[in-house]
Amino acid sequence: MLALPCAAGGQELRPYTITGDAIVESLTGAPGDAVRGRALVLERTSTCILCHSGPFPEEKFQGDLAPSLSGSGSRWSKGQLRLRLVSASRLNPATIMPSYYRVDGLDRVAPAWRGKPILSAEQIEDIVAYLATLLE
Amino acid sequence: MKSAGTIVAVALLIAAGIAIAPLAATEIPPAERRSGYSFMAPDTKAIQDDDTANPGMLWVLDGEALWNSKAGATGNACADCHNDARASMKGVAARYPAYDKALARPVNLEQRINLCRTRQQQATPFAFESRDLLALTAFVAEQSRGAAIAPEATAELAPFVAKGRDFFMRRQGQLNLGCTNCHDDNWDKHLAGSAVTQALPTGYPIYRLEWQSLGSLQRRLRNCITGMRAQNYDYGAPELVELELYLMTRARGMPIETPAVRP
Ligand code: HEC
Ligand code: HEC
Ligand code: HEC
Repeated sequence: MLALPCAAGGQELRPYTITGDAIVESLTGAPGDAVRGRALVLERTSTCILCHSGPFPEEKFQGDLAPSLSGSGSRWSKGQLRLRLVSASRLNPATIMPSYYRVDGLDRVAPAWRGKPILSAEQIEDIVAYLATLLE
Repeated sequence: MKSAGTIVAVALLIAAGIAIAPLAATEIPPAERRSGYSFMAPDTKAIQDDDTANPGMLWVLDGEALWNSKAGATGNACADCHNDARASMKGVAARYPAYDKALARPVNLEQRINLCRTRQQQATPFAFESRDLLALTAFVAEQSRGAAIAPEATAELAPFVAKGRDFFMRRQGQLNLGCTNCHDDNWDKHLAGSAVTQALPTGYPIYRLEWQSLGSLQRRLRNCITGMRAQNYDYGAPELVELELYLMTRARGMPIETPAVRP
């Protein structure tokens, strides 16, 4: 299946191909940086640890609305993690996990965020690279 | 097929103005409802429990002074018309937002007080979230402490409750979340360090430790809307009043705690 997302305003999303439950190819064509990915997961504006916990001993406040990110890399391939981040609602339409690389199908987005994905393609790749290292 | 008896009963409920929209599977059953208080740490509960430790009581005291002071072109104090608030304001906050005939829509307690400022005192309305408006609102609402929340179930209000409910259920904002996703489906969990709770407006205005101030229910709602990265509404906007009204119907029968303390 081919998905060609188009931005509602301004920023163009890069095209990607969904194969089964995964996006096999990197959104940027290059591998991400796992160190930057870890920092991004912990960053408040990425929102991940509002819902998730994980192997972050330095972080006092972690959420429990979602499974721990520990072991993500052993449960899922990079391609599966990529699709989960790009558009979790494709895997589970009822999920509360936001779709991080999508600008369509949203209602009443605040002006500051309108037409922009929550994360950039580079940031998604960094996070995918980091999650893939979480083997236990 | 509905029996004639059911149809008659439903017609009577409609005539009585009682909303009969089917409850979504996700709405919290009455027996499982819990005030935000019950999710708090013991030391935070202790602040609310002790009037001499609860900073919200400072606003209540200010409100009492305002209640007794003359204002506006008419030079009337609230007390000149309403006398002793302990009697005249008892239970009032428990049924707000309430329908205002002249405006043909619900107004919340802050707006109701401002209507008396403009209509009765011929004074300028207080700004939303101003110290004076919060103080008077806290003072009036404190007279209902312990009273059961009882928004009026009238045909006039029903469409506004329904609009508030629609807003609560609808996914929105960049994070594509609805209020219901957190407050109905995940109220027993934690968003980062914070208990999600059931969004029951039992104690407003509240003293919120994070604000280091008293604040209104609308301030709290605007915080959650901002968190969803959704378009916000100005203080006093009809949409926020409708949301307040729906939340009060969810809390029907629960006791008022004003001024509550929240993290
Ligand atoms: C609003 C809550 C929420 C936020 C924010 C969120 N997630 Fe999730 N996430 C979930 C839920 C709930 C699930 C469980 C599966 C489902 O419902 O789709 C999940 C599942 C996952 C999974 C699969 C877990 C497993 O092993 O089964 C991964 C990986 C993941 N999320 C990563 C992230 C990352 C990375 C971020 C930040 C960029 C993030 N999530 C932000 C709620 C959230
Ligand atoms: C000149 C007399 C007068 C003054 C002064 C006055 N009010 Fe009122 N108030 C009324 C009347 C009359 C009503 C009910 C009718 C209406 O306006 O809708 C009312 C209604 C109210 C209500 C709603 C009561 C209910 O049962 O729903 C509140 C709350 C209230 N006033 C608070 C105040 C406060 C606070 C002040 C001072 C800032 C104040 N009022 C000043 C005459 C007055
Ligand atoms: C992502 C989850 C989430 C969403 C979505 C959300 N909230 Fe909240 N809400 C919270 C959390 C967490 C708190 C408690 C914060 C604290 O105590 O520090 C809270 C607190 C509240 C409270 C205060 C309850 C009390 O005890 O005083 C109300 C009311 C409320 N929310 C209403 C709403 C409404 C209305 C919406 C939709 C416009 C909404 N929330 C959307 C997480 C959420």
